[in-house]
Amino acid sequence: MLAQQLLNGLLLGATYALFALGFTLMFGVLRVVNLTYGFYFTAGAFIALWLTQFGLSLWLALPAAAIASGGIAVAVDWLLLTRLRRAKADELTSLMVTLGAVLALYAAMTAWLGPDIRRLPPGVIAGGALEAFGLRVSTAQLLILLACVLLAGGLLWLMRATRLGLAIRAMAERPDTAALMGIATGQLAALVSFISGALAGAGGVLIGLNFNAIHPYMGESMMLRGFVVIVVGGLGDIFGALAAGLLLGVVEVLTAGYLASGLKEAVAFALLVAVLWTRPSGLFGVAQGRKA
Amino acid sequence: MSTLAVCGLTVAYGRTEAVRGVDFSIADGQIVCLIGANGAGKTTVLRTLSGQLRPRAGRIVLDGADIAGLAAHRIVARGMVQVPEGRQVFAALTVADNLELGAWLCRDSAERARRREAALARFPRLRERLRQPAGSLSGGEQQMLAIGRALMAAPRLLLLDEPSMGLAPLVVEEIFAILASLRRDGITILLIEQNASAALEIADTAYVIETGRIALSGPATEVARNPAVVAAYLGG
Repeated sequence: MLAQQLLNGLLLGATYALFALGFTLMFGVLRVVNLTYGFYFTAGAFIALWLTQFGLSLWLALPAAAIASGGIAVAVDWLLLTRLRRAKADELTSLMVTLGAVLALYAAMTAWLGPDIRRLPPGVIAGGALEAFGLRVSTAQLLILLACVLLAGGLLWLMRATRLGLAIRAMAERPDTAALMGIATGQLAALVSFISGALAGAGGVLIGLNFNAIHPYMGESMMLRGFVVIVVGGLGDIFGALAAGLLLGVVEVLTAGYLASGLKEAVAFALLVAVLWTRPSGLFGVAQGRKA
Repeated sequence: MSTLAVCGLTVAYGRTEAVRGVDFSIADGQIVCLIGANGAGKTTVLRTLSGQLRPRAGRIVLDGADIAGLAAHRIVARGMVQVPEGRQVFAALTVADNLELGAWLCRDSAERARRREAALARFPRLRERLRQPAGSLSGGEQQMLAIGRALMAAPRLLLLDEPSMGLAPLVVEEIFAILASLRRDGITILLIEQNASAALEIADTAYVIETGRIALSGPATEVARNPAVVAAYLGG
């Protein structure tokens, strides 16, 4: 029972981690608190829903939705934030601009599509559950696991093992100096936006699949979790986001399993407060590093 | 033959003109220094040359082409590379990664390795610290890294903004000896300095900038003897 709960928690947490990876990348590299990030999550889920309703396999709908969400992220970032970045506006400005934009986007989407919860077509994922060592893993969960491992691994490889990743890390620390190296920072920022949006979109598809529930505001509750994960993990820290995402998933599932499912968010946010209370140095250490 | 010719350069922050109608030129293989007090507009000139600021008026002609207003990364591709004020190394990245970034535009890994060997031969202390984060280096070592990083781009024209800033006199001597060796290797240099005596000693031509205008120019030895310069900048 406990092992099964831990497994479910890790799978849920893997999705949180994926979502938070894109968020922390956007925050750490582009230096904006971009609240429209939650919208890319909703967009990814809806795009995959429509594609599967047209009969496309989920294995294809997932990457297609991720790529489309990445494209939306590039467009939104360009429309909203290019001017702010040029003017070197502070983080509060980007926070307010993107808060307004995301509320408008959610409301417009609800007006267009209605607030109802939609479900993926039955049998969207073929195949039954696997059972081994008394643990049960559905095909949907396998897809989630596979997608999270591939995407998180791919991001880590990109950031740590390629010249492009080196340029992204340089731009995160000193964008102006990075341009003096000959790096086309505008294009690189668009690429980072795309990767972030694609990760959010993939997260939306996977969470939609995990709970089989898709609705316009699903990105909003996810954003709160995204904040918990990136703050607990350390702003801009990829490994931190991975660890904190998995932890949050396990904590939520265990709370729902052993206490009450209504308490899982209370516990998740209490965790945020507790971590910041006991380990504020981790958070501030990263914040100072970025400004040094 | 002048590598770089700047003509009527005017740069403004909002309504304030920080640089007003500046003209100067740099001949191939020279060290040219631009000296002046804090806030005279030296750094503004340099940041405009390297594409970090857009000029309001004027031309910046590099090898016959007007590059005024080009983006910074395109100017690097034309062989003019800036060593920025305050060194601006990527503190969280290793020394090796900082050097690698300097050669971002070079697609050939064998060529990058060759340039790195040349940079490390010039700055042997960096070789011992290749795997250390650049932020852990001393100020002098960071300045060497900033110059080494710029050399990784194989520049023909190097722009240096206050390379002596905050460094001990012995280290300043070391850095200026390196600049002289760079000129011997055929790199043209524009040097911006508050340390006027060190700059005038090594330069061929000097320009003095005061409140955004060129107040005086000529061969460095003559500028160094000018009574007004001696009084204002050389502590005479």
